Amino acid sequence: MEVSRHWRLNEQRYALIGETCDSCGTKLFPPRDVCLECEAPAKELYTFTGVGEIYSYTTVYEAPAGFAEYAPYTVALVKLEEGPVVTAQLTDVAKADLHIGMKVEMVTRKLRTDGSEGMIIYGYKFRPQLEMA
Amino acid sequence: MDGYRPEDGLMKPDKEVGIVGYGAYVPRYRLPATAVSQMWTDGEGGTPIKEKAVNGLDEDVITMSVEAARNTLLRAQINPQHIRAVWIGSESHPYAVKPSSTIVAEAIGAVPNTLGADWEFACKAGTEAMQAAMGVVGSGMARYAMSIGMDTAQGRPGDALEYTAAAGGAAVLIGPAAESVAIINGSYSYVTDTPDFWRRAHATYPSHGDRFTGEPAYFKHVTTAARAMMEAMGTTSADYDWAVFHQPNAKFPQRAAQELGFSAEQIAPGLLSPRIGNTYSGSSIIGLTAILDVAQPGDRILMVSYGSGSGSDAFDLTVTERLLEVRDRAPSTETYIARRTEIDYATYTRFREKIKMN
Ligand SMILES: [Zn+2]
Repeated sequence: MEVSRHWRLNEQRYALIGETCDSCGTKLFPPRDVCLECEAPAKELYTFTGVGEIYSYTTVYEAPAGFAEYAPYTVALVKLEEGPVVTAQLTDVAKADLHIGMKVEMVTRKLRTDGSEGMIIYGYKFRPQLEMA
Repeated sequence: MDGYRPEDGLMKPDKEVGIVGYGAYVPRYRLPATAVSQMWTDGEGGTPIKEKAVNGLDEDVITMSVEAARNTLLRAQINPQHIRAVWIGSESHPYAVKPSSTIVAEAIGAVPNTLGADWEFACKAGTEAMQAAMGVVGSGMARYAMSIGMDTAQGRPGDALEYTAAAGGAAVLIGPAAESVAIINGSYSYVTDTPDFWRRAHATYPSHGDRFTGEPAYFKHVTTAARAMMEAMGTTSADYDWAVFHQPNAKFPQRAAQELGFSAEQIAPGLLSPRIGNTYSGSSIIGLTAILDVAQPGDRILMVSYGSGSGSDAFDLTVTERLLEVRDRAPSTETYIARRTEIDYATYTRFREKIKMN
C-alpha cells in the first residue's frame, strides 16, 4: 500500500472537507478546484455538515480483498444536504431499517486494515442519524 | 488515612481553568452479562452488571475518540486551531507505536500547531491527561487542551473481567474558567506501587491479582483521594450535589460512595456501569458527562478516577450558567446509552476480532 497516497487524502477522508465556489456558492465534494455549475475556480475549503439522506444502496456479500472481515456491508449513494452525492459504506444500521430517503450522518470509522502489521485506514462512513434521548 | 498530606498535594493552576466543552461516545452494541454466564458457568452465579457496551467491527479507540471530540467541539464552539494539545488516555490504543492522538487531532482540525500524545496509566490515563491539560492551560501555555479517556477493553474469555470490560469514553476540552461550563476548583492525586492488574507488552489480555483488586487497590486509592480532595477544599460529602467514581462494576463505586458519605441520589446520574460496563479510561469521565447533562448552575461535583498500578485522581468542580447554553448542542450521554442493539456471544466473538486464547 502507498502510505503517501493515504496521507494526502486525510483531510477529505477524515472530515468530509470539500470546496465552495466563490461565484455561485456551489459546494463540491470531492474537491476538484473548478465549479461543476459555473466553471469558476472553487478553492475555498468547506467542511460539510455530514448530514444527508440515502439516495440508493446495495449490500455487498462478496467483499473485495481487505474488506472481507466486514462483509456483509452496505454501500450507499448519500445525497449530502449541501447537494453533492458521495459513495460510502453505511455502518451501525440494521438491514431491516434501511430505506431510500433514510436520514444519515457522517462518522469516521475504520475503512480497512492492511493485515496485522500494516496501516489501519480510517475514513468517513454514514450511519442513521442519532435520535436524541 | 495513611500518608497523604493534602497541604502538599492540592493541584490548582495560577490561572483558573475549567471544562469548556464535553462529549461522550458509547458504541451501540450491548452484550448482556447473562450471555457470558451462559457460555462459561451454565448461567449459575450472579453477574456484576446488566450488560456492557461493545464496539462494532469498524470502531476502535481512535474512531470513538473522534466522535467524542467532535461532540466536545459542538458544545465548545471554539476554533480547533486554538487547541494546543490532544491527549488520549487508553489501554487499547490501536497501534503500539503511532499515536492515536495525531489521527484524532487531524480529524477535528487541530493540526499542526498542537501537542499530540497517548497516555497510559490503566484506567486513570484520561483523568491524568485532564490534569496535564489544567497545567498547560493554567500556565498560559495554551488556551485550550483536549483530554480524552477512551477504551475498547479486553477480558480473557471466561475471566471475571469478560462480564464488564467494555467500550466507550468521553472527551473534555480544558480552557479558561470564564468560558467554562464547569470550573475546576482543584485536583488531587494519590499514587502507590500496587500490582493489582497489568498487561505485558505482547499479551492480548490483562492479568490481575484476584482478591487484591478490592481493598488495597480500588477502595484504598479512591477513598483516600476523595478524602484528601475534600480536606484540601474544606468540604464534606454534603457540599456536593453529585459524585462519580471509577466503575469497574456496579458494586465498587456504590460501596466507595457509601464509605465516603455520599447518598445513592448523589451518584445516580453518573453511575453508568450497570448499563454500559467498565469503560476503563473512559469510566469516570463519561460518568461526569452524564452528570453535566443533568446538572444545574452552581452544582458542585466530585469526580474520582482509579487506575490499576495504582492511583486515583480527584477533581472538585462547580457548574456555571454556561452549561445550560451548550448542553443541547451535542448528543447527550443518555442518547448513546439508549441507542442499544443487543448481541449474542457469537456476534461478540466476531466483533472482538476472534477469540485469541493466548
Ligand atoms: Zn460556481
